[in-house]
Amino acid sequence: MTIEIKENTAIQQAVDEAIKRYGIKQDELIPILNDVNRAIGFLPGEALDEISKQLKLPKSQLFSVASFYRMLSTKPRGRHVIQFCENAPCHVAGGRQVWQALVDEIHLNAEETSADGKWSLVTTSCLGICGVGPVMIIDDDIFGNVDPKTIPDILSRYH
Amino acid sequence: MKAIRSMVLVSSDPVSIERGAKEVYQALQREIKEFDLENEISLTMVGDVGRHEASPLVIIYPEAVIYGPVKEGDVHFLVEEHLYKGRIAAGLQAPVRELSGKIAWLSARKGTLPAEQRIVLERAGIIDPDSIDDYIIHDGYQALAKALTQMNPEQIFDTLEKAGLRGRGGAGFPTGTKWRFVKKASGTKKYVICNADESEPGTFKDRLILEGDPHAIIEALAIAAYAVGADEGYIYIRGEYTLAQQRLHRAIEQAREIGFLGENIFGTEFKFDLHIHSGAGAYICGEETALIESIEGKRGEPRARPPYPTTNGLWDKPTLVNNVETLANVGPILRNGAQWYRSFGTPSSPGTKVYTILGKTNVTGLIEVPMGITLREVIAIYGKGIKDEKPFKLAQTGGSSGSIIPASLQDTPMDFDSFAKAGVALGSGALLICDEDTCVVDLAKVLLNFFRKESCGKCTPCRIGNQRAYEILTNISEGTGALSDLTDLALLSDNLYQLSNCGLGQTAGAPIRDILNYFRAEVEAHIRLKVCPTGVCPMSGKRI
Repeated sequence: MTIEIKENTAIQQAVDEAIKRYGIKQDELIPILNDVNRAIGFLPGEALDEISKQLKLPKSQLFSVASFYRMLSTKPRGRHVIQFCENAPCHVAGGRQVWQALVDEIHLNAEETSADGKWSLVTTSCLGICGVGPVMIIDDDIFGNVDPKTIPDILSRYH
Repeated sequence: MKAIRSMVLVSSDPVSIERGAKEVYQALQREIKEFDLENEISLTMVGDVGRHEASPLVIIYPEAVIYGPVKEGDVHFLVEEHLYKGRIAAGLQAPVRELSGKIAWLSARKGTLPAEQRIVLERAGIIDPDSIDDYIIHDGYQALAKALTQMNPEQIFDTLEKAGLRGRGGAGFPTGTKWRFVKKASGTKKYVICNADESEPGTFKDRLILEGDPHAIIEALAIAAYAVGADEGYIYIRGEYTLAQQRLHRAIEQAREIGFLGENIFGTEFKFDLHIHSGAGAYICGEETALIESIEGKRGEPRARPPYPTTNGLWDKPTLVNNVETLANVGPILRNGAQWYRSFGTPSSPGTKVYTILGKTNVTGLIEVPMGITLREVIAIYGKGIKDEKPFKLAQTGGSSGSIIPASLQDTPMDFDSFAKAGVALGSGALLICDEDTCVVDLAKVLLNFFRKESCGKCTPCRIGNQRAYEILTNISEGTGALSDLTDLALLSDNLYQLSNCGLGQTAGAPIRDILNYFRAEVEAHIRLKVCPTGVCPMSGKRI
């Protein structure tokens, strides 16, 4: 019971802060969702309820937006999110082998979250750092020129 | 009294920062102080200089010596040798053959590499992107001053049309004409938008412009707003570009403080203000009507056209949408005139184009060269040839919505019209160079995977067509394809082109069309012989 209340306060706080920052405007919906997603790690139903109430927008619209954009998630994610670029430039530069090494190392497939809640693995479109492909991003850290051999070392930096 | 004798620049693109550029910068600060050189040396963090292999880079003027990759521990030696004793710090210089982009341009002045022609990236990598003073010293806001005080909108449209500037987002629409449409549209409230949702795979030219020279875009948007009669503008920038966003936010604040944004700009009646709108990860939002929907807080689904945004755009008001690179050309054209701009490029496509060279060349990176250069020249001169001297097989241009260019077309001049005549597309400027180890079926599969995931799902041909094409290509790559699949693929490609609502679907079939046109034998080998000639495809016999 107390845990639930605590979580709800955190959600309330994240929503209030985002709305205070951007104002009650429909054209600020995506920035608001972005901020809340960043603060909580995903967009729980309670957050969408609260934003819907404050912005006076139907919840269906919020859900349709939240489920459309890649950087927003309506499902909980792991503590660390690995984004792996699967587009042609990284692919040609050896991305396929790196992907295989990554999958073997953390035993997850694309769009899965590990049972212990540590990792989420997502594939993504071009991240605009193609000069150093293959590229992956863990949380906010960019890794370029990734080699299958360096995967264990990179992953070991995260706890 | 300060008499600066040397300028030290540190690269600060995301890769450099990840590799410790900030620590190098702080170490340089410490060491310069230690050697008591503070009054003689200026130290600046600059944007992306277009070279990642050897980053973080430290560049020292006036000698234009390039060091990289520099580690924190190297800094003491570097400062002592180069700045204190005045000789090159042995062993720290970046390898010359790996240099490209701005650095290549610098080296070219030293006579080691062929020159580029820099117009839109002229300042990137030379100025401090966080300093409006630096921008102003390098001719910044001159074009805006000229436009507001000496030119009427008609003269601005004329100049852009005479210069022959065409949109650099991929479609190549004449910029001056587009501006004129918005000016003519009825209504008192109008908007200008910079499309910085650069998501074409393999393209990062706009990021470099935004990170290295953010004020150039603010200035161009203000000029555009004055010309078309808008007082409000947006920069729609993709959510992943956090560094570019920070720089733009800062640049806008500085421009407001000085009065280049706000009321009575340059003492005239003209007022203009600018917002930054961050995307949230959707390729489709680079399509202008999807971008507008996204700013309005909706799903990024393209609208039916006509009406076009020039008459019914953001909040149904006339709206001008231009790509970052297009806008970056506006300032230089107004400052130097149409005649000057026409001295670069080809008669039908004047000016320069920024390309990203990727894939199997010895040197990858970013170049800005005149329109009309050929692929062969790009590979030989700027790419320094193909790795291990393997034969060139194909290039994929302009991200995924570009074309697959076979080796037989590598002598076609790269400009809008010559490429259109050859039946291929210039796209957004990515050049993914592939050698004989690349399988065309595998490549097309990766491209179609991209489209099926990024399709917004609004119209059926695109939503179903891309998924189906991907499945057929997957079966071919598994060795379970049939010859009738090729007819189906050709039909799908045609349907995508004819029936899709927006540019994404219309161009999604291009990779299929191109591999069937130029590499049919290789595709058929997968089906008839159940063999992938390059050994890339799994051919495991699993059918989906």
